[in-house]
Formats: sequence, C-alpha cells, structure tokens
Amino acid sequence: MSATATTIAHEVPPNTGLRAFVRKLRSGDEIAHLITLVFAAGILLITSLLVCELWRTSYLSRTKFGWMFFWTRTWDPIFDNFGAAPFIYGTLVTSAVALVIAVPLGLASAIFLSELAPRKVSDIISFLIDLLAAVPSVIYGLLGIFIVVPLMRTTLGPAIKSVLGFTPLFSGPNYGVGFLTAGIVLAIMVVPFIISVSREVLLTVPREQREAALALGATRWESTWQVVVPWARTGIMGSIFLALARALGETMAVTMVIGNDPKITASLFAPGYTIASVIANEFTEATGDLYLSALIELGLVLFLMTFILNGLARILIVATERGGGRPA
Amino acid sequence: MKKTLLVVWLLLGAAALVAAQSGTVLLNAAGATFPYPIYSKWFDVYHTAHPNTQINYQSIGSGGGIRQLQAGTVDFGASDGPMSDEQLAQSKFKILHFPTVLGADVPSYNIAGVSGELNFTQKALAGIFLGTITKWNDPELTKANPGVNLPSADIVVVHRSDGSGTTYIWTDFLSKVSDEWKNKVGKGTSVNWPVGLGGKGNEGVSGLVKQTPNAIGYIELVYATQNGIAFGKVQNAAGKFIKADLAGVTAAAAGAAKNMPDDFRVSITNAPGATSYPIASFTWLLIPAHIEDAAKRDAIKGFLKWMLTEGQEYNEGLTYAQLPKAVVEKELKAISLVQ
Repeated sequence: MSATATTIAHEVPPNTGLRAFVRKLRSGDEIAHLITLVFAAGILLITSLLVCELWRTSYLSRTKFGWMFFWTRTWDPIFDNFGAAPFIYGTLVTSAVALVIAVPLGLASAIFLSELAPRKVSDIISFLIDLLAAVPSVIYGLLGIFIVVPLMRTTLGPAIKSVLGFTPLFSGPNYGVGFLTAGIVLAIMVVPFIISVSREVLLTVPREQREAALALGATRWESTWQVVVPWARTGIMGSIFLALARALGETMAVTMVIGNDPKITASLFAPGYTIASVIANEFTEATGDLYLSALIELGLVLFLMTFILNGLARILIVATERGGGRPA
Repeated sequence: MKKTLLVVWLLLGAAALVAAQSGTVLLNAAGATFPYPIYSKWFDVYHTAHPNTQINYQSIGSGGGIRQLQAGTVDFGASDGPMSDEQLAQSKFKILHFPTVLGADVPSYNIAGVSGELNFTQKALAGIFLGTITKWNDPELTKANPGVNLPSADIVVVHRSDGSGTTYIWTDFLSKVSDEWKNKVGKGTSVNWPVGLGGKGNEGVSGLVKQTPNAIGYIELVYATQNGIAFGKVQNAAGKFIKADLAGVTAAAAGAAKNMPDDFRVSITNAPGATSYPIASFTWLLIPAHIEDAAKRDAIKGFLKWMLTEGQEYNEGLTYAQLPKAVVEKELKAISLVQ
C-alpha cells in the first residue's frame, strides 16, 4: 500500500494541486489520516465546548462569590449564599478512602491473577471482574444501603471505634451513612478497574525479565515484586488514576450512602456530601438563577479537580520513570 | 434490516402527517414530580375521551418546569410551589396558576419500644428540625404524649436531599410556626438544614428512618399510605392533634379557600379549622395567559375544565385529596382569563 503511494508521489510533481491530492486520497493513507485527525480534534472540541459552556453559565455565581466560592462552608439556596468547600472536601475524602482500600486490594489481586494463578483460573476470574465493572452504579448504591450501611452501623463501625475511637478520624456518632461508608462502596466499585487494567499490564511484561531474575537466584516473589511490578509501574499507576477518576465523578451510589449533609467534619463516620451528588440532587429543582449558576460552577470545580489530579498523575508517572525501573 | 427500518420510518412519518392533518393537538408540558401519577392518569384518560388532544408530560421537577415554561419550550408547566413575585416579574409573558390536587407531608419515626402514634406539637417539630430539641424525652414531646415511655436517646433527623415539593410544604409549615426557622432557614424546595441526614426521594428518607434507630423524617402522605408506613399526628392551628388523611387535607384547603387570592398563589399550611391537617399544599399547573395558537388554547382550556370537574374523581383512587368545591368554582371562572 504505502509502496504504491510513494511511487505515485514520485511520478507526479508535488505541486500539481487537486489531482495529486485526489490520487493521494485514493491510496488510503490520506483518508485515514484525515478521519483520525477529525475525530481526535472532535474530542478536543467537545472538551473545550464543555468548559466554555460551564464557564459561561456559571457567570452569575463566579462574579458574585469570586474565589470565596472555594472557601465558603455554607450552601443556602434560600438566602442565596453558596460555597463549595464542604463538597470539595467530601469528594476528596471519599475518593481518598476508596483508593486507600482499593489500591492494595486491586494490586494484590492483579499480581495473583497474572503471576501466581493458573492461566485458566485467571481468565475465568478476570472475566467475572470485567462483569463487575459493568454493573450500573445504582446497583452498588442499593448494595450499600442494604448491606454496607447496616453492617457499618451495627458491626464494622463499633469494631473500628473500639480500636481507633480515640483518634478524631473515628470519633462522633455513627449513623451507618457517611464518608467511610461512601468510601467503602466506592472502593468496591473501582477495584475492578484496578485489577483488570493492572493484570493486563503485568501480563505484558516480557518472560525474559522473569527468567533473568530467576536465573540470578531470585525467588518467585522477589522476581514478581522487584522486577515485574516495577516494569509495569506506569500501567499500574494508570489503572489507579482511572479508578480515581471514576471515584471523583461517581454520583448515584455515593448519594445513596453518604448522608447528604454539607459539613466539614474530621470524623469519617460523619455524614458528608460530594460535588457530583449535590448536582444530581438539586439541579432539577433549582429555581433561582444564582442557585443554578452556583450548581454549574460546582461542575466547573469538579472539572478543575479532575484536571489538576490528572496533571499531578502525569507528573508522578514521568518522575517515577526518570527514577529508574523500566528502561525507555 | 435496512429496508424494514426504512418502512418503519416511512410509516411513522405518514402517521405523524396524518395526525397533523386530522387536527390532533400535541401539547408539551413539564414540571413537578409529586403529582405525576395523577397527571399521567388524567392525560391518558383525557386523550382516550378526546382523541385529538395529546398531552406529553415530563416530570422533571418544579424548577425545571418553571424554567422550560419561561423559555417557551413547553406549552404549560407544573410546580409544587407557587412561582415567586420575582420569578413572575422575570417572565416575558403573564403566567396563571391553577391548583390541581392537594398533597400533604407526614412525620414518620422509628423509636425502639414505641409503637403507637405520637403527637407532635408545632413547637416540637420546629425544635427537632432546628436541632434545639435533641432527645426523644424532651419535655415538649413527653408533655404531648402522656403514657408513652419515650427514651432519652438522641434524635436523628432525616430530610430530603433532592430538591422537592415535599420539602417546600414541610419548610413552609415550619416557617409559619417558628420565627426562628423563618429567619434562619426559610422555605424552599431545598434549604440549608441545621441538622440531619439527607435521603434521596421519599424512598430514601423512609429507608433511612426505617434503618436508623431513633430517627424522624418527613414523607409524602401518598407515599406513606401506599407503602403502609406509620406516621404521627400533628397539632393544627386550632390546637388539635390531627392524623393526616385526605379529608383533613381537603378541610385545610377549604379553610384557606375563603381567603383565596385571585391568582391562586396561596399557602394552606397551618390552615384554620378544627379538622384541618396543618402540613398540606396545593400543587399547580402554570398556564400562559396568552396562547397564540388557537387550537392549543382551546385544547388547554378544554382540559382544565375537564380536570376540575370529571378529572377530580380520579384523585382519591390515587390517594390525592380532591379540591374543595369553592376552589373549583373559582378556578372554572378563571379559565376565561386564558386568551
């Protein structure tokens, strides 16, 4: 294909315009180039349109509250006083709790599935895990309400409290709903992403790497932990950030178990609120212009947070690659 | 495959064409979710009786209904709270309110060892939701419930997390009975709650109340009766404790009907009358006062007339309270304002 394309290009002088262009089109390469370019530009266009629209429609709220929007702790639709602080806090805390639980769980499962389990078992389990990733979030929300919340109130919560109750993180009344419950439900939701992507990445590590490590006298575990995992580090990080992105934006399941109370409390047992939840809850009934504008600005804040966290992730990946591990 | 698809599209197109030619009026409406069950029943029955009027109703919430009506994307809207003076002033055209059915909120609770119906004074409800009454054995509660052994447990307050007409009615009532509530919190479809957990929808609130020991929350009367959820009595303006039912709600509306303003924007919470249930409200259709398209205008006026007369008979089957006669008569006169 490309060979014919170059011979044609040689026969015709490059500046004969339209005819040359049409011939190039016939060869296929140009068309493929054009189509992919248009689609790639489409993604950029959608993203920038989204930001523009959020920026435009949040005008009222941006001009009224300015930077104070980020620090204000009140959310009062009646007296038109809006601040994003409790929602930003809730979004970050629930996502952090989710990652603290999901990363070790997901990574360990991925290592087991790729390195230790027989291939057949690994394939079956992976298939089931991929199914988990496709379960709608409202189902996880119901699971949260009917299983995690009662468990948290009657068993898990009191158990944690009896051990760690002296720290501010686990003090105060335990209603069953709150940051910790939301974090646990989120962890269950994002763990399939971490396992699935990490396993694929671990499987792509060349066999020579493992064999070399074993030949040097490493045990199986040493070869896995010191050679295979560092080799796959970038991909594993990628899976974690995919999980983080999902956790930040999750709406339905979180709103069902977080208690929906816009307060900043140190205790993980306390009810909280996230950005995505408040938008989903209040958007339909937001009658005032400023109220609606403030909700849209919250959307802009969420976009900004995802943007910053993704940027940090990129920096982290670049930094770890420079620090050694996998050769370029 | 492609051919069948083409045929289907052609048929649909032809059907639409025929419909347009035979004078079918298609009306689009959007708004409140609370009256959606009765509205969809009405629109369906009305369409069967009047095949050339078809009403398509999207229950997207009162706020969305008002916005879409103002933007002119729907023919009429629906709202659980009346539009404010400010909202009416912002609209480019005049909008009329027509009360359709009545709804009410009830307090539901879950206290270990208490199975009977509790009496709630107005002060007690305001205090609980303000966070000033924190224990179930507070004197304000024990005084109204002699013989009931209320525990000294902390009260867990549950409210709606999503914006809703249910919250509007509840906060409207609390604003009327407590100055502190009026000045600190106010009334609206979403408010800045002083205390409590938020549940999404009636099912979210009743779920949290059922699961959490010593919890109290408010839910719609319709939802409570349909799901067999127990609830307490509330003290009305006359000082009587009333258990919510459709008759009590209609009584409240009748009590308020005497002073009904001409634009029907009236709150009937804490209405006078010994049998009136105090936490009730109308829900409204929002109709533009001037409708250019004569066919649409006649269709809307025809529907309003039917809704106020025959339509009301469907209410109780779906556990909505009927409008009082005085209100219906006043509304029938007001239909002529739509031009």
